[in-house]
Amino acid sequence: MSDETLRIGVFVCDCGHNIAAIVDTEEVARFAAELPDVATVVRNRYTCADPGQQEIQKAIAEHRLNRVVIASCTPKIHEPTFRSCVAEAGLNPYLMEMANIREHCSWVHMKDREGATAKAKDLVRAAVGRAARLKAQDEKTFPVTDAALVIGGGVAGIQAALELADGGHQVYLVEKGPSIGGIMSALDKTFPTMDCSI
Amino acid sequence: MMDAGRHPRIELLVNSEVDDITGFVGNYRATVRRRAEYVDAGECTSCGDCEDVCPVVVPDEYQQGLSSRRAIYLPFPQAVPSSYYLDAENCLGFNPIACGKCKEVCDKKCIDFDVRDTILDLEVGSVIVATGMEPWDPRPYDEYGYTRFDNVVTAMEFERLICAGGPSEGELVRLSDRRVPERVGFIQCVGSRSPNRGVPYCSNICCMATIKQTLQIAEHYPDSQQKVFYIDIRSFGKGFEDMYRRSREEGVDYIRGLPGSVERDPQTGELVVEVENTLSGRREQHRLDMLVLATALVPRKFSRNGDGKRSIDEILSLSHTSDGFVMEAHPKLKPVDAPTRGVYFAGCVESPKDIKESVTQAGAAAMRAGNLLGAGQVRIEAITAELVADLCAECKICAAVCPFNAIVEANKKTGLLPDFIEAACAGCGTCAAECPFDAIVMRHFEDAQITAQIDGILADNPMEKIVAFACNWCSYAGGDNAGTSRLQYPPAIRLIRTMCSGRVDQRFIWHAFEQGAPMVLVSGCHFSDCHYIDAVTWTQRRVEKVWTQMEKLGIRPERLQLEWISAAEGQKFARVMRELDEMLRSVTDEEVAETVKILGKKKLSEPKKVLGPAAAVNVASDAGATVSPPPA
Repeated sequence: MSDETLRIGVFVCDCGHNIAAIVDTEEVARFAAELPDVATVVRNRYTCADPGQQEIQKAIAEHRLNRVVIASCTPKIHEPTFRSCVAEAGLNPYLMEMANIREHCSWVHMKDREGATAKAKDLVRAAVGRAARLKAQDEKTFPVTDAALVIGGGVAGIQAALELADGGHQVYLVEKGPSIGGIMSALDKTFPTMDCSI
Repeated sequence: MMDAGRHPRIELLVNSEVDDITGFVGNYRATVRRRAEYVDAGECTSCGDCEDVCPVVVPDEYQQGLSSRRAIYLPFPQAVPSSYYLDAENCLGFNPIACGKCKEVCDKKCIDFDVRDTILDLEVGSVIVATGMEPWDPRPYDEYGYTRFDNVVTAMEFERLICAGGPSEGELVRLSDRRVPERVGFIQCVGSRSPNRGVPYCSNICCMATIKQTLQIAEHYPDSQQKVFYIDIRSFGKGFEDMYRRSREEGVDYIRGLPGSVERDPQTGELVVEVENTLSGRREQHRLDMLVLATALVPRKFSRNGDGKRSIDEILSLSHTSDGFVMEAHPKLKPVDAPTRGVYFAGCVESPKDIKESVTQAGAAAMRAGNLLGAGQVRIEAITAELVADLCAECKICAAVCPFNAIVEANKKTGLLPDFIEAACAGCGTCAAECPFDAIVMRHFEDAQITAQIDGILADNPMEKIVAFACNWCSYAGGDNAGTSRLQYPPAIRLIRTMCSGRVDQRFIWHAFEQGAPMVLVSGCHFSDCHYIDAVTWTQRRVEKVWTQMEKLGIRPERLQLEWISAAEGQKFARVMRELDEMLRSVTDEEVAETVKILGKKKLSEPKKVLGPAAAVNVASDAGATVSPPPA
């Protein structure tokens, strides 16, 4: 990969009005186009929606992109979405980087359009700089121990343990006291059916 | 309960507590301590002979202390496992001279005073936390008289009094004279929706619990009078409004207003309730025989006996929302997931809820766990540390700081170089940050990648910007929380995400200052929330070292700030951002130019070169020491 010329695609998301009403996304897109190694910039109304994702995949093929930067929401919501999206288009998912211009920008600087736009540009420039240095990574898989530990033997713990055990999994149900049952076992009748709690 | 007790795939571990959980998604190892059980549950036939001879009498917790039990007892008639239990704290039999009567009388010979605690090592793929909640202690609300009058009881005490298996065999009696009360009052929101003295939130179930209790009284004692004092009745579930209507149709008097005081008439013994009825606008007095307090439901407080024992929340590094209940990975999309993969929540540990909701959530948690277990394998993010052998000076700092013991000091196969165990590495990056020689690459959070972000931020107008490092789990998420809540703050801050604040190499901080940053923020989880055990302690030590050095160099240490912000603390995040913005204004152009000049000479942002074994020993003696500039 190191011998290959960098070709970064930047995707700036409007997120409907969530971003575009505060951050001048057109300006951000223009700015991104001037950044080193950026091959293409696409603005989208909703990048996470199917048409938005298709745009990314199309751009990867058309411009032979080897890095993708998505300026949208927090990676804590859509990083998995966009990793799968670029992987489907043949790009290693670790070559995708996000710039959070919603939770960390448009939503918290709603009365400062200029400041928010300047910040969004910086976040995109930082993401592009980082993307240029990203490396493809292979995720490892590990075997899973087919057993669950349920901590607490009240109604929730009992129910969770039963569901898992019925599903064929080994369950260890740990209860601090001498009997399971929890607070529910000390109730008389329970609403709304007025039946016995035990 | 019975089903869980006899299910072939459920191993029931009562009298047990979790001492520790290590590992990662799909591969957890739990250490469970099972307290000594002096009665062999397999042999006990619950005949009760032991209880009959036991001389110890203590309050019965199951009956809310309204009746007594012996030191050997059946926790309650339907207990699972259905076996007598010996309460070691109160039993006298551990001194064979003092007692031992139960052991003598037991035909099955199933009592043994010599058993010990057992420690179980369990390997599990997933953990479900269902540790529940507890009722709020109403004593701070003494105007309702709970500590002063026998006939003021809590909702839980009422449950035992009206229950056929209770201390009064289902006869609702008042505690002062054991007579059936003719006039019963209920006070709602005792502790709930009371930010000053109780908890600020609505406890969710108490309105319906009270409505249910009024119907129980109406059924048992049709001639009784009932009054409910409330702020507003929240009967929002399926079938709930019908129950509320039925209660009103039964003649229960709903009075909008919480009492100001409860006193006891010394002549008649009646409880005298003063209340402002906010519907009629009049002050009213009600004379009652019994009063039931619908107490709030609060997060379970884990007892800490000073023996250093950690609670489940601490063992699993669970974060909490401002109400004190555990915080889910996402309030709408991942409501039963903990932020840590493979850990799920069920029931009231997440928030107060009724039985139906607990059961529903338990099903969801079981399904999430079942999906993971059923898949047979789990994919782990490729964010792990890797050694660059050529640069390693064998100083072993990495092995010393790794919170997961993923770096073994010396590997016999490769000589002295540390050995990195990838499966155990959780990806905090503390080793990479502490390595003075840049001999550790933290995959996906490499030095060059982070430095490029700093450069991208400071490329123009650096004086207007604050470079901030935020850990993925807490501080970055705290910033997200501020965003979701639309909390406004000035736009100077530019966040760089690392998995853990432990990844923040001091060279990143120096680099930012070198590039003209007026201010730098390092932020991470609170110590008890750190998702990498104690990696955050290294963050603090490192920042403190940088502060010391800044002072020596004549750079104001205030320009580097350290903050602990949890994922739930959007408010705090916004506040810190506002404070930093204030501080930013105090930094002058001349000051920054001077810093750039000083640091330009010092080259603190460059790694130490391998100088040979002598240098390595020197560094090892002072783990994490500030790096001095390499010789020309």
